[in-house]
Amino acid sequence: MKDLKEALMHVVFMIAACVSILAVALICIFLFANGLPAIAKIGPVEFLTGMRWKPMNEIFGIFPMIVGSIYVTAGAIVVGVPVGILCAVYMAKFCPKKIYPILKPAIELMAGIPSIVYGFFGLVVIVPIVQDLTGSSGKSMLTASILLGIMILPTIIGVSESAIRAVPESYYEGALALGDTHERSVFFAVLPAAKSGIMAGVILGVGRAIGETMAVIMVAGNQPIIPGSLLEGVRTMTANIVLEMGYAAGLHREALIATGVVLFVFILIINLLFSLIKKGDNNG
Amino acid sequence: MVKTMKTKENLRKEKDNLRSQKITAGILRGLVSISMLITVAVLIALIGYILIKGIPNLKPSLFAWEYNTENVSMTPAIINTIVMTFAALLFAVPVGVFSAIYLVEYARRGNKLVGIVRMTTETLSGIPSIVYGLFGYLMFGVAFHWGYSMLSGALTLAIMVLPSVMRTTEEALKAVPDSYREGSFGLGAGRLRTVFVIILPSAIPGILAGVILAIGRITGETAALIYTAGTVAGIPTTSLGGVSVYDMMGSGRTLAIHMYALLNEGLYMNEAYATAVVLLVMVLLINALSAFVAKKFTRS
Repeated sequence: MKDLKEALMHVVFMIAACVSILAVALICIFLFANGLPAIAKIGPVEFLTGMRWKPMNEIFGIFPMIVGSIYVTAGAIVVGVPVGILCAVYMAKFCPKKIYPILKPAIELMAGIPSIVYGFFGLVVIVPIVQDLTGSSGKSMLTASILLGIMILPTIIGVSESAIRAVPESYYEGALALGDTHERSVFFAVLPAAKSGIMAGVILGVGRAIGETMAVIMVAGNQPIIPGSLLEGVRTMTANIVLEMGYAAGLHREALIATGVVLFVFILIINLLFSLIKKGDNNG
Repeated sequence: MVKTMKTKENLRKEKDNLRSQKITAGILRGLVSISMLITVAVLIALIGYILIKGIPNLKPSLFAWEYNTENVSMTPAIINTIVMTFAALLFAVPVGVFSAIYLVEYARRGNKLVGIVRMTTETLSGIPSIVYGLFGYLMFGVAFHWGYSMLSGALTLAIMVLPSVMRTTEEALKAVPDSYREGSFGLGAGRLRTVFVIILPSAIPGILAGVILAIGRITGETAALIYTAGTVAGIPTTSLGGVSVYDMMGSGRTLAIHMYALLNEGLYMNEAYATAVVLLVMVLLINALSAFVAKKFTRS
């Protein structure tokens, strides 16, 4: 009786562990089964490299959205990565012991603020500022990049900080013993050693930025054309899905799901990169 | 004579070196301090701005029991958020905790399944919420014919928070000292009993901290819910034997979706500010609670 119960629960636990495998399989199946036929119908080349998105005329080219997602993500990296890494250095090596217990939860809180609230903040604060400074509409690639850069900060800070902390203390001590200052020891001995961990954090941030939806919609302007400058509007793949899914039907709806498939493939590639770097880090 | 000249020159060189070293050090210190200052300033600006602009807009009518276009009440949205959170956790917590138990307590070293589970969990945690939303819409809404419903939304969110529940539970289980297990086995308890009577109780604070973080994520979620739970502004109800009860198969908007809808309509900016305050305060409280529980956990 007792053995039976043990064996039964063993199976129950195993099934629970398999749920995440099942979930990934189902997500792949449902997305690809619904998206790939549309890509085939539109033509993979027309769909992926088409410059025009005109659902009314049955023209579905998502190239501007792919470029839009990449542009905005690149912008977020430019804004968020330097600040994020420097903050991580501060938290790991410069922060007074008294301030740290306040700073750490503050950064965690930053990660917990919902994206709709970030989007709202972007809409009512950053958009008017950009408007005033540049005289443009304010809803632009620049605004979206700044907002996304802020949003990926906690991810980059968190991962980079633990990477810096994981560097053996002897690196730092060695540099100090050679007569270098605290600051230079940290930057030129410790930081290079934490390179791959920081890289993993950046990639995680890239994944966040490219998948972000609600905040981007609020501030990016959402025109489905490739922006000519930083101050023009841009539409990302995620925005494309949310904006039009509500009323789309037929091939239009399928094309939106196909947009999701392209986004999903991007994310899978980023995930793969992330795990490769992490694996390399563990071996080295 | 020549010798002293040389040492003098060396001394000067050394001094120069030292000065340039000090300058770089100063610049570096300045850079990290300014970066940290910027980050903290942005956070304070965000919270401060929303609180200052939002609190004056908090009117009693915003918390009226029924929603209509006149009062734009957020009470139904708050109730929907609570229901959504419980429904999603009802699925995610048992599955997450059980799979963590399997990974930590049951799986043997070198078990192939463990590797696959780890990989898929990592994949799940990297998928953006809009992709979850699309998937939930396609599977629960379309394939299962559930349409826009609270249940579709809850199951979608459950899958979304599953990896974080699993990971925190795993960490909490690993933190339980092996001597607990050995002691329990030594007293003749089986594996199952050891897990439920000895290990789980001492891991509960860690698990709880993870669950609270999952609650925070559910509360703030929008992209995954728009096309699964839908955007209907009221409390979904159905008549069961003449009594009106909560309808999990009906569409309802959570607070975050409510805020999105207000912004989208563009007519209710003041109400959107007020909703942002409530949402932000909820997230602040949830975060504080999680930190508090985690702190207790590390102390004991």
